[in-house]
Amino acid sequence: MKPRIVVDMISCVGHRLCADLFPERITLDDWGYPIIDASAIPPELLSHAKRTIEACPTLALRLDKLR
Amino acid sequence: MTHDGRRLLAQVVNKNRTSLADHRCHIARVSEGRAGRADSRLIDAIDSAGLRGRGGAGFPTAIKMRAVVENRKTPVVVVNGTEGEPVSVKDAVLMRLQPHLVLDGAAIAATAVGANEIHVCIERNNVAAIKSIELALLERAQCEPSSVVVHVHGTPPRYVAGEETALIHWLNGGDAKPTATPPRPFERGVGGRPTLVDNVETLAHVAQIVHNGPSWFRETGTQDEPGTALLTVGGAVAHGAVYEAPIGTPLAHILARAGTPSGVRAVLVGGYFGSWIAGDQLKTAALSNASLRPRGGGLGCGAVMVLPERCCGVVESTRVMRWMAMETAGQCGPCVNGLESIAATMSHIAMGSAQPEALQWLDRWALQVDGRGACKFPDGAMRFLRSALLAFGPDFLAHASGRVCADVEMPKVLPIPNVAPGWR
Ligand code: SF4
Ligand code: SF4
Repeated sequence: MKPRIVVDMISCVGHRLCADLFPERITLDDWGYPIIDASAIPPELLSHAKRTIEACPTLALRLDKLR
Repeated sequence: MTHDGRRLLAQVVNKNRTSLADHRCHIARVSEGRAGRADSRLIDAIDSAGLRGRGGAGFPTAIKMRAVVENRKTPVVVVNGTEGEPVSVKDAVLMRLQPHLVLDGAAIAATAVGANEIHVCIERNNVAAIKSIELALLERAQCEPSSVVVHVHGTPPRYVAGEETALIHWLNGGDAKPTATPPRPFERGVGGRPTLVDNVETLAHVAQIVHNGPSWFRETGTQDEPGTALLTVGGAVAHGAVYEAPIGTPLAHILARAGTPSGVRAVLVGGYFGSWIAGDQLKTAALSNASLRPRGGGLGCGAVMVLPERCCGVVESTRVMRWMAMETAGQCGPCVNGLESIAATMSHIAMGSAQPEALQWLDRWALQVDGRGACKFPDGAMRFLRSALLAFGPDFLAHASGRVCADVEMPKVLPIPNVAPGWR
């Protein structure tokens, strides 16, 4: 089970915060909403990922297990 | 099967509604099961028939049923009679003419998964279909008492309101807008119970499969997509109507049946969230997902719209994209902003007043918007956009560089409905 980031687009309000905090997996589209790279997050990046998830003001991000 | 390939509509005489008495001359009632107890034989029959959903996605019906059954709570069945596609009326026609076939299918689906509650959802402005189903329920209440409760609901007439999670959210008292998944409907749906949502045409096929057997069902259609499909054919044809044809029928056959003029610009197959077929493909394309998926489309809702020779594909596609931008549920940034940007840019292109980079923006945004919403609405919109850029490539180039053709003045073909306010 490998972890990856998923976004709930209904909750996301495009704060852009996450792309600053976790550029390894999150970039922004032309309107400022996060484009998530859904590939597995290696152990050394996991704490970054978790910090980003906690920082999202609308709790739109979560960690999902990739089978 | 009748000589002309009709199955679902075979009993319809002179476009009259089939009464319960007439219906029972052809199809016997299937005995009811018990709430909370699934009937795996019914699901097995639908499985070996190879039935795929006819609401647009084409997902195998038996797999949906098994997923609902896996849950321990007593399930609910939602009959999806919403038809937000502006050019599709096949579900409305089916409910108006063959309400008992649909209700038989719903009853069988309820028995198959062990549900004790059925919710029939129809757009509230589709009065004829609602009346037909309500009358059918009265007929059944008199002659065929049932322990399964059936409710009929008039839903908000918005395209996205017909999406599974949107219907469930609305039935639970919320707005008819899609919700984040998980949970999926088969996990937690109406009243928190596992919920099977099936399109009305799908359920009509279910009734005939159980009555005639899976091998009968497979006698027509293709190996991978057996059976017939209802098709709404319109646009530049002599006889616009709902047709029924085996899946895999060549597009050219249907066009000939509907009386298409020799000169055709392009044909939109699968409704507004389907794809444009043009040029040589008009001769080779068939009405199946196997044939249409490699071309970027699918059978979708089964609508087939014909553009006449003298008609601007850029303008027609732009009008549809405008409508799409207005029909988003307004929830997800990439869908709301992306569709708005795309529609605005397409308008500029259509009018010949676009920036030089406009076509590159469309390509870029098609990639950025695809797959980025809570529901599949933006994905369908991008499928349509990409097929428009492909089918009308030279025309888009001409318009984008300011050379607007004379055909923009021709009468418009694709209908653009008003967008109804409100989500309750
Ligand atoms: S931080 Fe949260 S709300 Fe802001 S863009 Fe990222 S996911 Fe969306
Ligand atoms: S993707 Fe678009 S239509 Fe679907 S829920 Fe989000 S905003 Fe609404």
